[in-house]
Amino acid sequence: MIHSLFVINNTGDVFMEKHWKSVINKSICDYFFEAQGKATNPEDVCPVINTPHHYLINIYRNNLYFVAVVTTEVPPLFVLEFLHRICDTFEDYFNECNESTLKEHYVIVYEILDEMLDNGFPLAVESNVLKELIKPPNFLRTITDTVTGKSTGVSGILPTGQLSNIPWRRTGVKYANNEAYFDIIEEIDAIIDKSGTTVTAETQGYIDCLIKLSGMPDLSLTFVNARLLDDVSFHPCVRFKRWENEKILSFVPPDGHFRLMSYHIGAQNMVAIPVYLRHTINYREGSGGRFDVTVGPKQTMGKTVENVILEVPFPKNVLNVTLTPNQGKYSFDPVSKFMTWDVGKIDTTKLPNIRGNISLQTGSPIPDSNPVINVQFTISQMAVSGIKVNRLDMYGEKYKPFKGVKYITRAGKFQVRT
Amino acid sequence: MTDSKYFTTTKKGEIFELKAELNSDKKEKKKEAVKKVIASMTVGKDVSALFPDVVNCMQTDNLELKKLVYLYLMNYAKSQPDMAIMAVNTFVKDCEDANPLIRALAVRTMGCIRVDKITEYLCEPLRKCLKDEDPYVRKTAAVCVAKLHDINSQLVEDQGFLDALRDLLSDSNPMVVANAVAAISEILDTSPTAQQVLEMNSVTINKLLTALNECTEWGQVFILDSISNYTPKDDKEAQSISERVTPRLAHANAAVVLSAIKVVMKYMEMLEPNSEYVTMLVKKLAPPLVTLLSAEPEIQYVALRNINLIVQKRSDILKNEMKVFFVKYNDPIYVKLEKLDIMIRLTNQSNIAQVLAELKEYATEVDVDFVRKSVRAIGRCAIKVEQAAERCVSTLLDLIQTKVNYVVQEAIVVIKDIFRKYPNKYESIIATLCENLDTLDEPEARASMIWIIGEYAERIDNADELLESFLEGFQDENAQVQLQLLTAIVKLFLKRPTNTQELVQQVLSLSTQDSDNPDLRDRGYIYWRLLSTDPAAAKEVVLAAKPLISEETDLIEPTLLDELICHISSLASVYHRPPNNFVEGRSSLRRSLPPRSASGNNVGDAVPEEVLQMQNSGQSSAPQATVIPGADSLIGDLLDMDLGGPSSYQQNQMFQTPSAQPVQTTAGIDLLGEGLDSLLGGGSTAGDALGGLGDIFSGGQSSSYVPPQEVFLPANKGKGLEISGTFARRNGQVFMELTFTNKAMQAMGDLGIQFNKNSFGLAPAAPINIPSPLPPNGSASTSLPLSTTGAVQKMEPLLALQAAIKNNIGVFYFSCTVPLHVLFTEDGEMDKKEFLSTWKEIPSQNEEQYTITNVQHSADSVSQKLRNSNIFTIAKRNVEGQDMLYQSLKLTNGIKVLAELKIQPGNNNFVLSLKCRALDIYAGVQLAYDTILHN
Repeated sequence: MIHSLFVINNTGDVFMEKHWKSVINKSICDYFFEAQGKATNPEDVCPVINTPHHYLINIYRNNLYFVAVVTTEVPPLFVLEFLHRICDTFEDYFNECNESTLKEHYVIVYEILDEMLDNGFPLAVESNVLKELIKPPNFLRTITDTVTGKSTGVSGILPTGQLSNIPWRRTGVKYANNEAYFDIIEEIDAIIDKSGTTVTAETQGYIDCLIKLSGMPDLSLTFVNARLLDDVSFHPCVRFKRWENEKILSFVPPDGHFRLMSYHIGAQNMVAIPVYLRHTINYREGSGGRFDVTVGPKQTMGKTVENVILEVPFPKNVLNVTLTPNQGKYSFDPVSKFMTWDVGKIDTTKLPNIRGNISLQTGSPIPDSNPVINVQFTISQMAVSGIKVNRLDMYGEKYKPFKGVKYITRAGKFQVRT
Repeated sequence: MTDSKYFTTTKKGEIFELKAELNSDKKEKKKEAVKKVIASMTVGKDVSALFPDVVNCMQTDNLELKKLVYLYLMNYAKSQPDMAIMAVNTFVKDCEDANPLIRALAVRTMGCIRVDKITEYLCEPLRKCLKDEDPYVRKTAAVCVAKLHDINSQLVEDQGFLDALRDLLSDSNPMVVANAVAAISEILDTSPTAQQVLEMNSVTINKLLTALNECTEWGQVFILDSISNYTPKDDKEAQSISERVTPRLAHANAAVVLSAIKVVMKYMEMLEPNSEYVTMLVKKLAPPLVTLLSAEPEIQYVALRNINLIVQKRSDILKNEMKVFFVKYNDPIYVKLEKLDIMIRLTNQSNIAQVLAELKEYATEVDVDFVRKSVRAIGRCAIKVEQAAERCVSTLLDLIQTKVNYVVQEAIVVIKDIFRKYPNKYESIIATLCENLDTLDEPEARASMIWIIGEYAERIDNADELLESFLEGFQDENAQVQLQLLTAIVKLFLKRPTNTQELVQQVLSLSTQDSDNPDLRDRGYIYWRLLSTDPAAAKEVVLAAKPLISEETDLIEPTLLDELICHISSLASVYHRPPNNFVEGRSSLRRSLPPRSASGNNVGDAVPEEVLQMQNSGQSSAPQATVIPGADSLIGDLLDMDLGGPSSYQQNQMFQTPSAQPVQTTAGIDLLGEGLDSLLGGGSTAGDALGGLGDIFSGGQSSSYVPPQEVFLPANKGKGLEISGTFARRNGQVFMELTFTNKAMQAMGDLGIQFNKNSFGLAPAAPINIPSPLPPNGSASTSLPLSTTGAVQKMEPLLALQAAIKNNIGVFYFSCTVPLHVLFTEDGEMDKKEFLSTWKEIPSQNEEQYTITNVQHSADSVSQKLRNSNIFTIAKRNVEGQDMLYQSLKLTNGIKVLAELKIQPGNNNFVLSLKCRALDIYAGVQLAYDTILHN
């Protein structure tokens, strides 16, 4: 199982290590650095590296590498999932997971890691259980601790959720206002080719919840058109049998924020593409080129396309760009050669446009290919797949909760080839 | 107040100050001090000097402080074993604490202290905790058994902890079960002795399945992995387990999903392949695999490596999902390369246009590795989908026009492969290729270009100039290029002997005299000798048709694939290598897919039992590509034989016995490389030569006629294995003379042969004795002694012999005809009286007459010739100027045949009368006469 964990920052500092079995010298990370040295980009380091005696399984997140060391045949996905879960937990505890927050909370981090794994086996991973074992730092408590001289950081009682059949929920939850919010978020992953034809498009959907309900509520959520969902993955709380038989999401929810389900609508189904790009990018022999891009709405079902951002990775031999947008702001990073244009809202009466000149390094040849433009956008109150919640019922508790459902469509990996 | 304050140091020395604080009377100060110690430890500072002071803080009722001290202990006990003993009493006391959290914490920490002396004290508390009333403690104790096993496996076995662990599998709490499973799988990983105690059976599997629904996601991974190691007893069990596992495919945790896929993939092997249930399962597998690809890139990578295996095993699962493998420009490079590989595997005629458009797009990207692989992928598409070859070639030409150096080089390498797959089809593009000659600087591209020039020398007007230009820097070239250049110039010379003599002499002398590379020198000498002794033969050899390359060369070989399928989701599946190959200290137990088995009644009609036998020996792939016409009716019989191949003992024998036959010159073959592969690689002509050699060397005693070798199994039906052979009789034994030629791109090994039941009970009397493995383009010959005591079944035609050959790639079937004369025994000579009486006894309606035409022998030489093949002349009479020869022969199965051969002087047509009780063999006997007399 997971033997050790090293956390490494961008500059190659191993600033944190935790061993669940015997101590492995951090020189093992040299193999990782070797692999890192070969990669052109920081995210290009291969997730599974083998060394003569160990296997290094790593993830790259928030500019940090989390490198797990294993010595036996362990499912690598298990390790990868776990590493991501560790990061999630840190984010949950400290709101963000980066070098400075981790350093700031060294001891808690260490305690958390120790509680999450025992001998490399996951021990307490659910956030509600962990939070009962190790209280998250908060300003108020820090003050109480200093004043009273007592520490309330570690609980002495066995958390109730730990062993119940529903480990994700603790007992005795109480709220004055009982609320349940569901965000249905759909992301469009698409590749659009030069001529505007869709090469591939698919929808990745998530149902994220914020549940603040007292006691042990048992919820069931029904959809108007559940047949759309044939490729789903659920939070463990969802009763799979009822979904199989009745297409009803029936579950006792965890407390607070969580992802109830994610679903995937494959490339076979038609996806409405909400935006289009009109682009001319050409280079002239000599020292430059023209750049002219217009964004427009396509199939938006009457909704406004907002938060539009275009990212253009220019080739390395581009020196600079001088552009004029008719709306929004643009910036160009001369190191990474990324041009980012923050467009904002698309106004259908006057389409956003950006145009100007590209200057190349003197003497360098004109680039072979045009950049792929990455587009981001959000459309509120619309789920592109057409999925719709029918009703939400609650059983097991007497009070009347406040319920809310929100739909958002946004770009996932939405790429336009030019 | 943050923890960073723990890192401030003073001049006096950190350790000194901490020591003072640890020994402070104030609890708070103590705790702060321990925190500082832990913080230093976390960043890898050595604070082991504080050991006694920290241990002193252990006896406290403050849980946080206790935990911190425990953390410290786990880290440093190993370096201070004597001091660690001081902590034992507190541990033992804590194991009895009223608070289950403290009991669990104590047993957990004790297990982490890897000191022998402490483990002795651990046994009793651990035993109690395994039976604790609180499941939290039991679950912690289960893991502790695994820890203890890691430190001292003997102790765990002696103390009966394995049994206790097995009992926990029946625990009422699913968390406990999950941890017990995890502990067991870890123990099994390192200790094969634990196998007997912890073996899974259907009862425990049932318990696991119950726990599966209720335990945590991590526990589900352990449980699913355990289930995948269990082989159900029949297809019903396999199906019912699969049914209970499939809901896991919709889990949010990718590890759970992939482990569930592993179980399903493995168990599916046991089910009726065409059943509705399997079709449904296959449908269910696609969505979760696709979903894995929307996860984080690291997860995508592992998923893709596994998908690569899955599509090789069952290509139908993802056949409609091509688009999800299209590459996004911001995918990490490791994801891009894997996606590309899978795209090629899924390519077929219907989606090739899309794929090609994508690949062309990728070939203009920035990342050099990715671009190269994309260009290569276009070539692979061309080889895989014949209909698209032309489009692929034109795409490659477009790419060559871009003049991007590495794109051009890569394109030329793949075009060479396309030429080999589709000879004489796309040569019109050679001119374009030649334009780019100067830009090639990588050896592989140069070698490929030179190969193309040599191969098509007759169509390239200035081929000699081009090759000559390469020759100028001959010494500085890479060995690969030198070898190609040598072969190409020899080819050129053979095709256009005028004006190229000087060139060929130059290259021969460069490679034989001025080179110290033995491969090059040997190849040079062989060409030289060939050219100087017999240019015609040289032409036949050097310009012989090359075996086609196949699309399958990049596939994982089936047995390895099956093993890897059993290891889906594991590291092995990421490396595509079996675990015993790279995991240290792992028991070398290899997994194989379960044989398809059926329960109860539906066995007989659907699956012949023979199939099971065969599949047990690891040949789970259904027989395909049989050469025998009307194979359906025969397959059952063919499978009747044990195809398990030689036992390991025999195999050892095979490896130890050096090849006795001088014919087996395989060792030298790969030195000769591509240019000469046709010489020894066995086109039919080469096969003849070998067969002839075989005779010379086989002891001289044989004079029985041996027909020339013929191709029994063409390479395209044998996945690159070509078998040619003939039959011979030497020293009273039948031999099958076989020549194996490997025309595939990978080495072949583990050859085994079996015959179907046949009319004369022929059966191999020894395993095939050829050096193994057979390298690509290598060939080897062997004499396989045959016994005649095998199972007998009358065949139609009588002399047909059906054989199955297995190697590491698969099982192949071929059918050949045994010449009857090899079955004529040495003791077939009859007494004259016996002959006479037998002749009379056989009713005259059994007599049949044949005419053998155009024989160029006299009566004497005929009888001599026939005698060599065990047809004995008993008497000779001259009746009215005609020579009458009375002859007898006996078959291995005891059938006696009498013959009268009438020879008229001046007439080349002999009349043969046969008399025998078994009429069926007349045709064979007649054919035997015919062949013997004509050779």
